[in-house]
Amino acid sequence: MARRHVSTTINGEAVDFLCEPHQTLLDALRDELQLTGTKEGCGTGDCGACSVVFDGRLCCSCLILAPEAEGAEVETVEGIATGGELHPLQRHFLEEAALQCGICTPGFLVAAKALLDSNPDPSETEVRFALAGNLCRCTGYDKIIRAVLDSAAELRGEA
Amino acid sequence: MNGLGYEAPQSVEETVALLARENGAARILAGGTDLLAQMKTGAAAPQLLVDVKKVRELSSVEEDEAGFAIGAAVCTAALAEHPGLCAAWPGVVEAARLIGSEQIQGRASLGGNLCNGSPAADSVPALVAAGASCLIAGPGGERELPVEEVIVGPGSTCLEPDELLVSFRLGSGKAKRGDAYLRMIPRSEMDIAIVGAGVCIELDDFGVCHAARIGLGAVAPTPLRVDAAADALVGSRVDDAALEAVAAAASAAADPIDDKRGSAEYRRKVAGVLTRRAAKIALDRARGEQ
Repeated sequence: MARRHVSTTINGEAVDFLCEPHQTLLDALRDELQLTGTKEGCGTGDCGACSVVFDGRLCCSCLILAPEAEGAEVETVEGIATGGELHPLQRHFLEEAALQCGICTPGFLVAAKALLDSNPDPSETEVRFALAGNLCRCTGYDKIIRAVLDSAAELRGEA
Repeated sequence: MNGLGYEAPQSVEETVALLARENGAARILAGGTDLLAQMKTGAAAPQLLVDVKKVRELSSVEEDEAGFAIGAAVCTAALAEHPGLCAAWPGVVEAARLIGSEQIQGRASLGGNLCNGSPAADSVPALVAAGASCLIAGPGGERELPVEEVIVGPGSTCLEPDELLVSFRLGSGKAKRGDAYLRMIPRSEMDIAIVGAGVCIELDDFGVCHAARIGLGAVAPTPLRVDAAADALVGSRVDDAALEAVAAAASAAADPIDDKRGSAEYRRKVAGVLTRRAAKIALDRARGEQ
């Protein structure tokens, strides 16, 4: 079957790619566009490692077909830093050791940024609930939650 | 999945024509949170996916004097952003918001939750309690069915291969009416219900219940509408005696399976407990106290 042409926007830039209709957006990001920051964990929407913001909503890119990206706006972990400057979330994850093996980290960053964009002052419970779709098998979560809360405080100008 | 086709039609007519042409080899793609996961395991192997999210009637929530038309493919996160719907049907919205993580909420839809056919679908008992109906389009035109008639067995619906669930119809907001949904899961979040209970109560000017509807999930091969439990409320002030009668009727209607997630005996008991608690929340909402 002929490869399909998809025109989309990724991290604010117009992008065109070719894909097979059965490829997921995750496959297209990693294999066609070499945007390998987005990770594959379970591949069935349970672990959140492949989280992206798709047309303004946090989603698992493993559960979106690549052709569905036609005309869409996609934000990936590669778009979180500004030039060489890490986003406060990325800095706090590093400074507070909120990662060990790192495979879940891009998904946590994307999901945490989506949370803080809509709720700049979340409670700890709200952070835990918002990140419940992201699994980490190393950290035990506490350091991740603290890094998100500290990032939120910094972004509000309180730290 | 090699050789899979993908189409994104713009209208209901175009969608139905595609489904008719494929004669059962196509599947409708809404949020894909069940279907794409099933395709990954081989549990589903369609030749064509028909993405319905470009069809206006399926991707919008419309409100008029008669009530709401909720597009079958609208994601559950968007339902919570509709102030009119949240005010009129808080139980439906709270049930929809229990389906999966934030990531899943950005894609999953009421239409997908229903058509996946799970006995444990969270939104279905709440929609049953709300008296929702389904607008279904096919080659011969449209038909409208109560939600509780759509699922006919685990994983199966009464929709023909060339039929499309377009939208859910819900009544308009109303004073002295309240609805609520509660579920029991073995974990604290992100799990499949072992019992789900949706209750809708309408009170008259004297605080007496004059209409009620109750839906139960995960306690039978399909979600149930339990009129015997609703009848236990009608004519009462939803006092303790009525709430006990509701619980007993809900437990009696439950015919659950016994599995590692919950024994049949436990599910039967919890069906009564949750129905009673959901009825109390629905009552408070009908009284304007919540």
